[in-house]
Formats: sequence, C-alpha cells, structure tokens
Amino acid sequence: MPKDYQDIPGTYVMDGRHCRLGYQLNMFCLSLNEAANREAFRADEGAYLAQYPVTPAQRTAVLERDWLGMLQLGGNIYYTFKLAIFDGRSMQYVGAAMSGVTEDSFREMMIAGGRSVEGNRSKKEQARG
Amino acid sequence: MAKLICGVGTSHVPAIGAAIDNGKTQDAYWKPLFDGYQPARDWIKDNKPDVVIVVFNDHASAFSLKLIPTFIIGVAPEFKPADEGYGPRKVPTAQGDPDFAWHLAEHLILNEFDMTIANEMDIDHGCTVPLSIMFGEPEQWPCKIVPLCVNVIQYPAPTAKRCYDLGREIRNAVEAYGPDTKVAIFGTGGMSHQLQGERAGLVNADYDQNFLRMLTSDPEQLKTLSHVELMREAGTEGIELVMWLIMRGAMSLDAKEIYSFYHVPASNTGAGLIILED
Repeated sequence: MPKDYQDIPGTYVMDGRHCRLGYQLNMFCLSLNEAANREAFRADEGAYLAQYPVTPAQRTAVLERDWLGMLQLGGNIYYTFKLAIFDGRSMQYVGAAMSGVTEDSFREMMIAGGRSVEGNRSKKEQARG
Repeated sequence: MAKLICGVGTSHVPAIGAAIDNGKTQDAYWKPLFDGYQPARDWIKDNKPDVVIVVFNDHASAFSLKLIPTFIIGVAPEFKPADEGYGPRKVPTAQGDPDFAWHLAEHLILNEFDMTIANEMDIDHGCTVPLSIMFGEPEQWPCKIVPLCVNVIQYPAPTAKRCYDLGREIRNAVEAYGPDTKVAIFGTGGMSHQLQGERAGLVNADYDQNFLRMLTSDPEQLKTLSHVELMREAGTEGIELVMWLIMRGAMSLDAKEIYSFYHVPASNTGAGLIILED
C-alpha cells in the first residue's frame, strides 16, 4: 500500500521500512555521542566502522560523506548529523549537500525566508506542472 | 493546591543555544531573534513558576532507535545536559521535582495515558535551549524541571489529538496535586523546518503564523491536523509542532495570549514563541 506521505517530494519519512533499512547505520552514528568513540573513529575510520554490520553501500556512503546517499540508505538526519558534528559541519552544510547547492547559497536561501512550499508540496502536483 | 499559571510555545533550534553559549546574540544575524525573545524573558521573570514541565523531543541523545517510547516522563532528582557530539552544553544541571513528577506519572497512567518513566536521563538541546531562551544564562535554572519527551523522530509520532488530550489530562493532574505549586508548561520544537532530503530548508511562514494565531483563536481545530499535512506544509521536522499541542491542551480554552513572536530564519527553521496565561 502506498502511503500518503510518499507523495511529498525530496523527503524520506522515517517509517518502519526506513528504520529497518538504516538501523545499523544509525546506531553507528549514535556511537559518536561518546568522546572515546569519536577518538577511535578519528584514529581509523574504516576499522571503527567495521564494528558495525552496515551494508557495503552504507559503508561507502559514510566514508565518502555522501549525505543524501546515507539518507536514501536508511539514515535519519538526527543520527547522520552526529557524523556531521564529528566533521565540524553545520546543519546548513548538510542541507546544502543533500539539496545539491553550495553552503553559501543554502544559507542565502534561508536568510531570504527558506525554501518555499509552493511547488514543493506534492509529486503529483509537480508532475501536472 | 498546585496551579497552572502559563504555557509557552517555543522552537528549540540547537543553533539558538550555540548563539547564546558563544556570545553571539547581538550579532546582526541573531539580534532580531533575541530582541524578540526579550519581552518573554521579562514576563516570566515577573511570573516565575516553581516548576516547568518541558515537553520536547530527544534527538538521539538520552534515547535511541533501540527503544522508542512515545511519551516519557523524567522523575529523577536532576538532569544533566547531554553530550550530543560536541561535548555537553555548559548550562546548569536541571533540578527535577520527583514528588510532582511521580504524581504526574501516576495520575496520567491511571487515566489511561501510558507514560514511560525515566529514572535517569540526560536532557539535550530540545530541553536546554527553551530554558536558555526563557531564562538566559543563570548559575542555576530559577525553577525545577520535569522533562516530558515525545517521540517525533520515528514515524508515527503521536497524533495531534492524542497530544492535545494528554495536555488536558496533565491539567487535571496538576489540579489534583496538593502542595501549593505554580506550574508552567513549555511545548517546544518546530516551527516549520525540514532538515533532510532534497527539500531541506523548507520554511512555511504563513503556515506557522496561522498556527500561532489558532493557538489562541481556535485551538480545538488544531487537534484535527494530520501527520501528512504537517509534514507537507511544515516539513518533516515541523511535525514537532504536535508538542505545542500538549502545552495548549493543558491550558484553559480561553487562555489569554500575553505575547507572540515569529522570526525566519534561525538556522534552518521558522522560530516562533507564544506565551499563554491561564
């Protein structure tokens, strides 16, 4: 059964399917809440990540900091943002990366009032033009 | 007897906390927001509660996907600021109110709101930023804190109606509490924002401002908001607005609006604040 919220464009709702897909990826991200884990990850990202049974695609997305990819592979923004905090990145940096613009232009968009909801409500509406 | 004196709705954007912690509140970017907060700070100084129920969501700090309770009430004697990956915010440890919090938990469960009870929990920006917004940077928070966490990260969050009804029962619980206690309730989060996906950066100021107006003019209508409408119009993370409805449900229907303020942007978010006096 398609869900009503699947019609919202550019949006990945954290439903049960998404949670199952990304559970291990998100729990890896969560581990970065602890300073000792941050140090271990900093010392050897690949070895640290190997402790978590993430998929090869999730592993690549983490190591390459593919923010949209992590989201598409089950990541949740509050969890993957732990990795951005680790990198010293802001939410605007991550938002820019996921929406395919530079951080400066994302910041300017926000100062100008943010992304408009007009034209961004519905995939069906977008398809009709 | 205990009495609800006011309800506050406010965003809890982490960058607002960082602006306070790093002395940037008078920078050009932040000044309009903090100027807008000042009347609220002045008001609550003159109308000081003994205890605040802070309704917020934990952001993968004290809780995680490992276990996802819908409503959690903190009954601990104190709540430390959480390490969200930057090290904990340098704000006071919040003093709890175990007598009152246990009274709330028992009353709510016996009246069919099946709360999860937390004897230990750290509080993240969802709770500490609203305290900073309202109380500034004191050595100690000026009142006791009862944290009430709501799951809004894992779909589905509790419905708007369920949140509003929980607020009604919190009001009953407060009125059934014997000790003379002035209680405030903060509903936090939102307003419109979407942090994730290609639609990141969505803000819907018209929607937010209408929501602020309806909190006073037609709160019962807000009970009918669906998740898909909230996510579509206010962004996936805008669904946090259901937590404002717990605050609204706890206030009398004809609660008086003392102050309302709205500003875009605070980082990626439409930031609102409202004070309702009971």
